[in-house]
Amino acid sequence: MRMKSPQILMECLLEQGVDTVFGYPGGTILNIYDEFELHGYKDKIRHILTSHEQGSSHAADGYARSTGKVGVCFATSGPGATNLTTGIATAYYDSSPVVFITVNVGESLIGKDSFQEVDITGITMPITKCNFLVRRAEDLADVVREAFAIARSGRPGPVLIDILKNVTYDEADYEYLPVELHHTSGRLAELLRRSSHDLKTPEPDFSDIDKLLAMIEQAEKPLVLVGGGVIRSKGAVPEFRKFFEKLGAPVASTIMGGGACPGSHPLFTGMIGMHGSHASNYAVDACDLLIAIGCRFSDRVATDPNTFARNAKIVQIDIDRAEIDKNVKTDHHIIGDARRVLELINRSLPAHDYPEWKEWVFSHKEVPLKKDNILHAHEVLESIQAAAPGAIVATDVGQHQMWAAQYYHFDRPGQLITSGGFGTMGFGLGAAMGAKAGNPDQTVFLCTGDGCFRMNCHELSTAEHYGLNVIILIFNNHTLGMVRQWQHLIYGERYSQTDLDRGPDFVKLAEAYGVRGARCASQAELDAILKEAVPSGQTWVIDCAIDKDAMVHPMVPGGAPSDQFLLD
Amino acid sequence: MKDSSKTTRHTLSVLVENTAGVLSQVSRLFSRKGYNIESLAVGTTDDPKVSRITIEVLADGQSTKQIMNQLRKLFTVYSVQELLPERSIRRELVMFKVRAETADVRNEVIQIANIFRCSIIDVSIKSLTLALIGDEAKAGAMEKLLEAFGILELVRTGMVALERGAYTISDDNKEKTEFNLGKSVL
Repeated sequence: MRMKSPQILMECLLEQGVDTVFGYPGGTILNIYDEFELHGYKDKIRHILTSHEQGSSHAADGYARSTGKVGVCFATSGPGATNLTTGIATAYYDSSPVVFITVNVGESLIGKDSFQEVDITGITMPITKCNFLVRRAEDLADVVREAFAIARSGRPGPVLIDILKNVTYDEADYEYLPVELHHTSGRLAELLRRSSHDLKTPEPDFSDIDKLLAMIEQAEKPLVLVGGGVIRSKGAVPEFRKFFEKLGAPVASTIMGGGACPGSHPLFTGMIGMHGSHASNYAVDACDLLIAIGCRFSDRVATDPNTFARNAKIVQIDIDRAEIDKNVKTDHHIIGDARRVLELINRSLPAHDYPEWKEWVFSHKEVPLKKDNILHAHEVLESIQAAAPGAIVATDVGQHQMWAAQYYHFDRPGQLITSGGFGTMGFGLGAAMGAKAGNPDQTVFLCTGDGCFRMNCHELSTAEHYGLNVIILIFNNHTLGMVRQWQHLIYGERYSQTDLDRGPDFVKLAEAYGVRGARCASQAELDAILKEAVPSGQTWVIDCAIDKDAMVHPMVPGGAPSDQFLLD
Repeated sequence: MKDSSKTTRHTLSVLVENTAGVLSQVSRLFSRKGYNIESLAVGTTDDPKVSRITIEVLADGQSTKQIMNQLRKLFTVYSVQELLPERSIRRELVMFKVRAETADVRNEVIQIANIFRCSIIDVSIKSLTLALIGDEAKAGAMEKLLEAFGILELVRTGMVALERGAYTISDDNKEKTEFNLGKSVL
């Protein structure tokens, strides 16, 4: 059927089951936006207009992370497109599947520094899994199908499609094709035909799995390290749970692996790395076999890559071959989808138990948590966990993020929405709204800091307008806490430019945006507010006063071996 | 960051999709690590949809391996191979434009060209242009000799290289299968 490009785009989104798009219109993307009205696509695809393109990008990312579906984000050319870049990089570093669609100026204006022209495919080359420039209407459907396939498959990630404005006036033939048949036509079929590319999901190498099973039999002190790969791999979490329970070994987690092993599980040692638990960090230093699944040994996990797991044989299981030996030298690797690899291991893995090793690992306790008359970060997390068990928790970046990762017990994939790899301050509110859009029946909390929240708090108007209700907890210490912690420990207490001794009044700000505001300075006050906030069906901004000098414990500084704690 | 004592010449051969942007995608992985590409040659293969890039870079072995891994992840890259000097043949074409304003000089340059089995591809009253095919040793020797006459211009195509014997860059191996698994789109 002949159709204009904007309609082809909408039909392609419907093929993919897209029900929500986050975005912001502008000059070049007018034809696409017109399609929402012209042929009534607004009834099939909900468009959420944010206050800023960055908010859209994080919302699409939060939607993807919390639902496992591909997030979609629209923006116009030039500044609209460049405003997406932080969001694209955030999605890229955490392997989140998002398709970004921008429209550039027309063919006749390309390369002339035209109004709002920017080479966004060039700019996003290092932060997308793949990107496309569409110059002909006939290519559009093919490109959209390929973009979604690439975004969601293998190691997921963001893909950008830039369409020239003249294309959005043109017509082309479009035939509906269900997603299951996309590989039979167009560019995807061509990819599959190419002899040097075997793109059908191949099996992991069975002999690699046998080798791991043999290594397990040799081990006396095995440790499992789980990363975001297990969260991203569909259906991997039940297999993972079967695996570590059969193995009976302690399980440490990266921040991105949060939720793969239930936070309250007796084998769970907690987060590993710079702000990892004593149990996790001592265990990785002492273990004789480290089985790392879907983790890339970033510098926040392997603070010193040369001594990381120095007594262990390291086995890395990952879908991305380029991660093997990138940061930490391994002894063995298995390439494959985490679910499939774990399924194959589970078939042959006998049950094990390591009572002495476990006893030693779990003998390393954390310093006791403070309980007095002022509000502590761990109390905020305790309170929200009790107020709405199983809720989605989004975070921004900094101390509150580490506290959330340490003290909240995540039980399932998609429950913790955090910018782990890129560490994007200002990620949280957009991401939390995206998570709410994808999970309207669930309570969504946002843990943020006063610094992070100020970065993108204008999205409160979006949350209010669309009823994307988020309960926001500002861990307000009137400072950039994590930077202050480094200044305290490493920079001789010279607090250069980290004091946030200024407004706004967050309660008044909430009111200005038409949402609820509240303030608390003790756990009892917070509990009372949460009692009203959780069932209210409204967005709340809860300004939680916490101590300016509170620090994230424990801490292993960058460059130090895992067991060398600077702070206990 | 870079320890120049550990850097050696690495020759990489990369099969890529013949589309816009591929070359900058490939080259940015080198500049990101702070490496300057010494030589680069690109051209289509027997399949016009596929181009072959030959890159020479001074880098340490570990970084080269990592860049190769990053390259293999790209959807537009089909295959990457490091061509080891002892197992490959490397050639480049160098053009020299030499000052030659008298018959004596022209004769002398022509004699040198004959010895090097390089062809004279342009002649004028004041100059001769020579085309030489070889590796850097041969080109270097020629350059030294011609300096005496005055080199007006010099241009190189960049080194191209192939593995010796019947092996090809498209042959499958376990590593390649592993990389392709990550590029699965189904």
